[in-house]
Amino acid sequence: MNQFNSVVATRPNADVANKVLKNTYILLSATLAFSAVMALVSMSLAVPPIAYMISVIASMVLGIFVLPRTANSSTGIGVIFLVTGLLGFGLGSILSMYLALPKGPQIIATAMGGTGIIFLGLSAYAMTTKRDFSFMGGFLFAGMMVLVIAMLANIFLEMPALAMAVSGGIILVMSGFILFDTSRIINGGETNYIMATYGLYLSIFNIFISLLQLLGMMSNDD
Amino acid sequence: MEWGKILAIVAGIMMLFFLWPAYKHHQQNGKQAEKGDWNAAIFAIGGVVLFVLLLIMSVR
Repeated sequence: MNQFNSVVATRPNADVANKVLKNTYILLSATLAFSAVMALVSMSLAVPPIAYMISVIASMVLGIFVLPRTANSSTGIGVIFLVTGLLGFGLGSILSMYLALPKGPQIIATAMGGTGIIFLGLSAYAMTTKRDFSFMGGFLFAGMMVLVIAMLANIFLEMPALAMAVSGGIILVMSGFILFDTSRIINGGETNYIMATYGLYLSIFNIFISLLQLLGMMSNDD
Repeated sequence: MEWGKILAIVAGIMMLFFLWPAYKHHQQNGKQAEKGDWNAAIFAIGGVVLFVLLLIMSVR
């Protein structure tokens, strides 16, 4: 009986959730395409690698302090395009570095295809399974903090094995975030499609960057 | 220390400041896992691990 009640109670929310999911995927596609264009612009301008860190910090400031305040208005659309455009622009300088490697184009294509398959696979899994993955929040944020601390330590330690472990860890934690974010949209935990897009975009971006790093390091181990 | 490393440290510290309140919020107000939830999550993440190993093998 309780189960029946909960189904009846959540029925009106299903339409809202579907609308949020649809809008999220439309905005996610548009922001990813815009990022790709900005990456091409950055590559054609031969921007130095330091542009990546500057764009990450600028987009983080916008994502933490500006986006949540504007996400309920049309300004939020402009802000998310600014954030993702900045990240795409920074990414261009990293892609230029990888293109100069012997297997660079293959590594970039593999990382891009791999990121797409991971995202589509996990999204389909979260949508088709009856599970609610929103219980993973605390675990994922704790895991991310451990990885950031390890990343900070490795700036001083400069250990390739630790860098590889951090990249692998980021792929796993971001995969968990895709399950978590998709689940929250489906179950009504996230009703703002701009914030939902931001969460999924960051997961895709981080998986791509970490895959690039991991594949780049592993292809050099000949 | 070079500028790239200084900016990476700044980005990392900013990330920690952002992650800590989110972690506390989910620890206090987050949904508790039900029976079988962790198995379902580990199954998906395990699939990602195998797929990444496949990708690594393809570029070697």
